[in-house]
Formats: sequence, structure tokens, C-alpha cells
Amino acid sequence: MMKTWQAGKRLLPMTAALGLLLAGCGREDLSVLRPQGPVAESSYGLMKLSITIMIVVLLIVFSIAAYVWIRFRRKKDQDEIPKQVEGSFKLEVLWTVIPLILVIVLAIPTVKVVFAAGNDHSDDKDAIKVKVTGHQYWWEFEYTDYGITTAQDLIIPTGKHIAFELSTKDVLHSFWVPSLAGKMDTNPDGTVNRFSFSAPNEGVYRGKCAELCGPSHGFMEFKVKSVSGEAFDKWVASMKAPESVMPEDPVLAEKFKSQCLTCHAIGSMPASPVAPSLTGIGSRESVAGILLNDDTREDGAPVLENLKTWLHDPQSVKPGNKMPNPKDKGLSDEEIDGIAEFLAGYTLD
Amino acid sequence: MDWITTVDHKKIAILYLWAGGLFFGIGGLEAILIRIQLIKPMNTFLDAQTFNELITMHGTTMIFLGVMPVIFALMNAVIPLQIGARDVAFPFLNSLGFWTFLFGGLLLNLSWVMGGAPDAGWTAYTPLSGKGYSASHGVDFYTIGLQIAGLGTLIGGINFLATIITMRAPGMSFMRMPMFAWATFITSAIILFAFPAVTVGLVLLTFDRILDANFFNVAGGGNPVLWQHIFWIFGHPEVYILILPAFGIISEVIPTFSRKRLFGYSSMVFATILIAFLGFMVWAHHMFTTGLGPVANALFSVSTMLIAVPTGIKIFNWLFTMWGGQVRFTTPNLFAAGFIPTFTMGGVTGVMLASAPADFQFHDTYFVVAHFHYVIVGGLVLGLFAGLHYWWPKMFGRMLSESLGKWTFWTFIIGFHLTFFVQHFLGLMGMQRRVFTYLPNQQFDTLNLVSTVGAFLMGVGMIIFLVNVFLTSRRPADAPEDPWEDGRTLEWTIPSPPPEYNFKQTPLVRGLDAFWKEKMAGHKGMTPAEPVGPIHMPSATILPFLMSVGIFIAGLGFMFSRDEFSSSIMSFLFNNYIVTALGLLITFGSMLMRSLFDDHGWHIEPEELEGR
Ligand code: HEM
Ligand SMILES: [Cu+2]
Repeated sequence: MMKTWQAGKRLLPMTAALGLLLAGCGREDLSVLRPQGPVAESSYGLMKLSITIMIVVLLIVFSIAAYVWIRFRRKKDQDEIPKQVEGSFKLEVLWTVIPLILVIVLAIPTVKVVFAAGNDHSDDKDAIKVKVTGHQYWWEFEYTDYGITTAQDLIIPTGKHIAFELSTKDVLHSFWVPSLAGKMDTNPDGTVNRFSFSAPNEGVYRGKCAELCGPSHGFMEFKVKSVSGEAFDKWVASMKAPESVMPEDPVLAEKFKSQCLTCHAIGSMPASPVAPSLTGIGSRESVAGILLNDDTREDGAPVLENLKTWLHDPQSVKPGNKMPNPKDKGLSDEEIDGIAEFLAGYTLD
Repeated sequence: MDWITTVDHKKIAILYLWAGGLFFGIGGLEAILIRIQLIKPMNTFLDAQTFNELITMHGTTMIFLGVMPVIFALMNAVIPLQIGARDVAFPFLNSLGFWTFLFGGLLLNLSWVMGGAPDAGWTAYTPLSGKGYSASHGVDFYTIGLQIAGLGTLIGGINFLATIITMRAPGMSFMRMPMFAWATFITSAIILFAFPAVTVGLVLLTFDRILDANFFNVAGGGNPVLWQHIFWIFGHPEVYILILPAFGIISEVIPTFSRKRLFGYSSMVFATILIAFLGFMVWAHHMFTTGLGPVANALFSVSTMLIAVPTGIKIFNWLFTMWGGQVRFTTPNLFAAGFIPTFTMGGVTGVMLASAPADFQFHDTYFVVAHFHYVIVGGLVLGLFAGLHYWWPKMFGRMLSESLGKWTFWTFIIGFHLTFFVQHFLGLMGMQRRVFTYLPNQQFDTLNLVSTVGAFLMGVGMIIFLVNVFLTSRRPADAPEDPWEDGRTLEWTIPSPPPEYNFKQTPLVRGLDAFWKEKMAGHKGMTPAEPVGPIHMPSATILPFLMSVGIFIAGLGFMFSRDEFSSSIMSFLFNNYIVTALGLLITFGSMLMRSLFDDHGWHIEPEELEGR
């Protein structure tokens, strides 16, 4: 065993060089190659080790191939019959044993990390427990210890382990935050998948659904927002004691109640199983998981504009999603804009 | 008519080739449409539903209908010749296998014009493929079409097993058999064990959808993860069904154009068997993120990595076959040369994927798309191109143009690497697979553009190949018996194309590479193992075709048995299983005919043989 580890160590300088090269790839909040937490870090370590080994293998194969193609190319007038070699016991054993060693070098840390990744922190008193539920095409996050439920934005405190319980209300989905951890499926058969990750730094990370789940599978995104412990506590407090806000205009308030709150929940209403909670939607990172509420960027727009885009035609934003078009529910354009304005102003501090 | 009734393995080979060309063309077109949609972010060329139908049909078509028949074409064209046989063991079944395959494939593709193609991915994971989430008939076309096509594949596999076990020429022991024959033998064995799994899975899914059974329906006590296990217990061996024949082809082409015998023949045989064996043990590496737990993940990780060992043996044996030889870069050998590094790259990413914690990141991303295309296109398709160019003169009596062949090779392989190399990075940068579009500013845009450009270049390569085939078909059929001059195996000892009885006299095999051995001993041809005598031939028959038509009709009838039709006659016919019964009647009637009327075939007499 010592030997194989040493072989692994000898590959280290190359691993480091490769690491630097790969780290240039992709956005920090999205790329597997720029891990932002220990779980993604450990996958990345294995990836670097395996890619180093594999590049060595490729270099050997490519150079032997190039050599034989050039050196043993048939020349003009070359007509003697080459020696018909049976094979070579020694050589054949050599290229059985070397791959075997390389496989062992990769297999040992793999098995170690597999079992470490099995550590799901569900019994850890210090961990934040979050029940994740996949829906076509949105994500629900329930904080079981706090009795609060939100959607699309997963708010977590930095440095703490987040212990996830994953399930789905309809088809298979897969919960994936590339820069924080690998993915895990949400199974519909009642078996709950558990895993955990933590984010040491504050930031907003992009999450995705990675299992084909219908037409808008590609749009089933979410954001993980890692904030300081105090900010997290403050957010929890404001989620737990929500004022019962309603549009000021009573007609609008009535419409909102009868046409929207049949599916959605706000404030102290119990979370609904068919549609995302709208509590504090004005301060979320995105509308519908994909319309970014960030007017400082070219791919973002003010939250109000995004809400209007969504409410005027949900199908054109996310084809196949389950929300009825507000127009079909008898809302006029002005009423839709009014509700959008109300929601945009509905923020938690 | 001749083509519909033929039972000659050489003609069936050509039928398979046509069918393969047809489906490969459809699958290729679908690929191009997919790539056009992904050329830029938020593209609106296709809508989400159509896109999902396209990826589903592209994957399904390519895996089951596109390359499989080309493999079967080469096997049919070559195997009896290579082992010195006059036909396959069951010529009637051989024809039946082709027709069920073709009609199954046609049924599946009918879905495009009959109300919606399947849209749940070629893996058809439940519950997305259940009636609740995929309400059109698409997935019914998938389950029933593949069921019928799979029947054909299974029949073909069994036929090759019997052929290779019982019909080898005198002196050809197993350890003197050419590598392509070995590959066919092992591949057929995998088919025999893997296809029943998918057959069962498809039946269960059909019942869930059409008869409201509850095998995969959670509310009824079913289990969707069960489908994943059934699918991959078949699905993983299936990829070896695809790649082993390519290994076989490469093992024929490289020795011929190096003028050397295959390096380490016995370790090649051993490696092939080992790969097939391990291929059945690793299915759950497609399910690392399903939540099987660390013990299962660790076991399947390690067993998957082990496949790298026999595969490595093969790669180095090929390289050392060329070592010390005289390598000629004809078109077939160019493809074989392109195969080695390209396939190695696909194999290497396979080992990376095998590491479960790393796969948590790779799985269901473009990294995986890149990986399996490196293996399937970079491995199998390059291998098939090598084989087609190599055996074309034997199949058709005409050499394909070498210069067009080289153009095909270079455009195809450059296009291929452009398309798929960058996809590794797309996956690592966070792009999931099976997305109909993607948001801008994720640094995905340029790489996707490059990938699409590459796909077009591959398309150009394919077109050049078709042009080559067309131009060649208009030239006289004048290829010599041994057109590459360094042929080593039995198929090069008989005329191109071979007469319908293949060998006038069965040859006597005196060693590995039988023909080469005779050439080295200074002989012009093989020593016959028997005197010239009458040759028994099977009669042509239309029954296999009819049986397949019957199954096809029954499949359609069953699928629509619960539908409401606007016309009452249609409702009457379908809803009372009358159409289904009619189809089955045709099939069973044909079977009855086959049993009642003995057909002993006919003979070619020695005078006629000598007359040629
Ligand atoms: C012109 C050559 C080809 C191109 C440009 C191409 C391109 C693509 C693309 C863009 C995808 C979609 C990936 C996604 O959905 O995320 C795909 C999927 C796939 N391709 Fe190909 N492909 C080609 C040839 C082949 C061949 C020859 C095969 C097999 C023999 C094949 C097998 C598959 C499979 C199995 C899938 C997965 C389908 C699924 O996700 O359900 N492809 N291909
Ligand atoms: Cu999804």
C-alpha cells in the first residue's frame, strides 16, 4: 500500500499544475472546477487525481502510437515479410499490472471519500436541517427546526453543516449546486435521500436540477445564498413573524386572495404543496428561479419587471409549468401589474 | 421481391446495411437539429417539448436502430465467410430477425407522424415515462417498438451463437478463430443474457401504461427505482454489445495493414471475455446519485474501474501489433488509427466517472455526454467505418474510392473532436444535459457554438461517405478476391462478392490466420477439406416478412386499444382488440404454415459448380 501512495504523491506536482489550469474554467458560483466548500473540494480532489493519472496514460498511448505510425510506416519497395510475433508474456503482464496499480491508486481515495460523503449530519445537533422537495419546476425548502418554508432561494448560514432530506412531489429531480457539492436525486418512492454540505464563504451560488423532469427541466434552477450567522438568524426571525401583508387596494386584495392564494401561501399561511411560498418574494434573488432580480447585470432585471414578465405569461417563461395564466383567471393587465407591484414591494429585511 | 424473401446471409447483410443507413440518417438529422437549438443561449429554434422528443428519439434511434444494424450487417456479411461456413445456422431465423428489427424500428419512428414522439429520454425513467407525466402515445411507441426490434436482435444473437459453435470449418478450433468472430461470439452471448432484462422491463412499463398496472407507480405500491435497475442491467451490457464488435473489427484491420499477426491473440480473447463478464457487474454506476448508499457506491466504483484493465490490454496489444510491422494507411486503417487515441480518451473519462464522489459532479452533465460520444462515436462509429471500408469490396465487389475515403475520415474526425471535446468542459462548468436551452452569461456560449460547428463538419464527412458509396455503385464490380493483398482470413480466399454458396469446397484450416499461413507456405489458396459435391441451399420464403408485419399490426392495435376514435368503425376495430387479433393471426398463421409445410430446400449440383 505504501508504494501506491508514493506513486500517488509523485503525481502531485502535475496535479497542482493541472489544478491551476482547470481553476480558470467557469464562474466561481457555478463551476465544478472552482469549488467553494469542503464537499465540492473533496470531489474536486478526486477529479484532479484521476485526471492526472489519465493524462499520463494518454501521453503514453499517444506517444507509442505516434512512434509506431512514423517508424513502422511501410516504405516504397519494402517487401520483406515482417516477423510474425505471437506476443510477449512479459509485456502483456506489464500492461496488465500497470493499469491495475493505477486503478488501485484511484480506488483507495475513492472508497475513502465515498464513505465520508455518506456522512449526512442528520444527527448533528449543530447542523441546519432542510427538507428539500422537488416539484415540476420549482424547489421548496423547509427548515424543520424552525418551522419555516421557502422556495427557490435556499438561505444558509456560512460555515454550518446543512443536513438535507431530499424528496419529490412528482417525477425524479436531482438537486445540484456545482460549486458546493455534487448532485443527489429526489426519489418519488418514499425513500428519502440524505446528504450535507457547508459553505464557508458568503455568496450566492447557482443550483440546478440535473435529472430530466419535463419540458422546463433546464429552467429548474435555484439559488443558494450563504449569509453570516446574524443575518441568517434575522432572516429566520422575519420569516417566523411575518406581518400579514395584502395589497392596499381592496379589490386587488380580493383578487389576490381568491385567484393566487388558492395555490400559493404567504406569511403565516401553512405552506402549500402545489405552488411556491411567496413570503418575502420581493427580496429574493430571482423570480421563478431563472429571472434574475439584479438590474446591475445585463442578464438581470429589476424584480418588478421580472414579476410582470412572469405574471403576464408564465408558460412563455417556463414551458409546461403548472401555474395557470392570470389572464385566464380573469385578471386584467392593470390588476396583474398591480399585483406585481405589491409583490415586488413585499420584502423581508 | 427477391429482397423480401431472401434468406441468404449476404443479402440480409445488405438489408441490414440499408436499414442502418436509414435510421442512422434519421438519428443524425435529429442530432443536427439538437445542435442547432443549442448554438446560442435562449434560442427559440425549437420548443422545449420538441427538443425533449428529439433527444429521446436521437438517443433511442442511435443506440437501438442506428448502429446495431450496421454491426449486424458486418457480422452477417463476414462471419460465415470467416469461419468457412456456407451460411448461418438458421437462415430462416436470420431473415425473421431482420424483419422484426425493421418493423420495430419503423413503428418507433411512426410516432413522429402519429401524435408525438416519446419524450422521457432514451432511458425512459419512470415516473416521467408513466402515463401521468407523458400522456401522448410517444412512450407506447417506445416500449412496443423497442420490444419488437429487440426480438429481432435477440434472434440474431442466438443465430450467431449457434453458427459459431457448430459451423466452423474443419481445423478451426476456437483458439484459431479470427478476433472479429470472437467478438461476434461474445457479443451474441451478451445479447442472450442482457436482452431478456429489457424485454421484461418494457413489458412491465407497457402494462403500466396501457393496462394500468402498478409496477412503477408509487401510489399503487410500485417502485420507480426498480425501472432504473432493470434498465441498466440491460443498458450497461448493451454498450458492450456495441463496442466489442468494434474491437473485433480493429483487431482485423490493424494486422492486415501491418502485415503482422495480432499481438497477444490469447490475451485479446481473454480480455474480451473479461470485459463481457465485468460488463454485467457494473450497472449501478449509472445510479450513483440515486442514493444507493456508500457500500454499493464503493463496490460499483471499484468494479467499474477494473474494466480499464482488460481494455488497456487491448489498446497496447494493438499498438504492438503495428510495432515492427509495415503499416499502410489505407482508408480502413486510417479509421483504425483514429480509433485508438479517440477511444482511449473515452475510456479514460470512463475511469474518471467510475469514481463515485467525482461522479456526483459529472453525472447528468455534458461531461457524460462527451464521454459516451467518445466511446460510441469515437469508438464504435470509427470502428464501423473501418470495417465498412475494409469489407466493402467483399460485400459488393467494388472498392470504395480511397481519396474520398480519406476526405471522409479527416472531416469526420476533426468534426467529431470539435463537437465533443469542448463538451467535457461545458459539463465541468455546470451545464446539465438534456436542457433545451440555457441562460446567457454562464460562459457556456462559445463552447456550445464550437460544438455545433463541429457537428456540421461531421455531417459533411457523412455526406462525403454517401457520395463515395453512390459513385462506387456505378463502377464495374471488379474487385479481386484479396483486394487489400495482405488478407489473412478465410473471407479473402473466395471471389468478391462471394457466390451464394460461399465456398465450393469447405477449406481446411491449419492455424490462426488460415489464409496467411497458406500464402506463407507458398500456396495460392486453401486446401479443401472435402471433394466437390452437391451443396444444400435453403429456399427463399416470405414468411418471416409476414410474421413481422403481423407483429407490427398487433403492436399498433394493442397500443390504441383504449383510445377514443372519432369514427365508430375505428373504435370498434381497436377497442375490441380486433386489430391486435388480426395482427397476431397473421403472425401465428405464418408460423403454422412454416410448421405444416416442410421445405427441404434445394441443391446446387457439382456440374453447375464446375461450370463457373
Ligand atoms: C453526428 C453525430 C452526433 C451528434 C452531433 C450528437 C449529438 C448529441 C447531442 C447534442 C445529444 C444531447 C445531449 C443532451 O441531451 O444533453 C446527444 C445525446 C445522445 N447521443 Fe448523440 N450525437 C451524435 C451521434 C450519436 C451516435 C452515433 C450515438 C450512438 C450510437 C449517439 C448516442 C447518444 C445518446 C445515447 C444520447 C443520450 C440521449 C438522451 O439523453 O436521452 N449519438 N447526442
Ligand atoms: Cu428537473
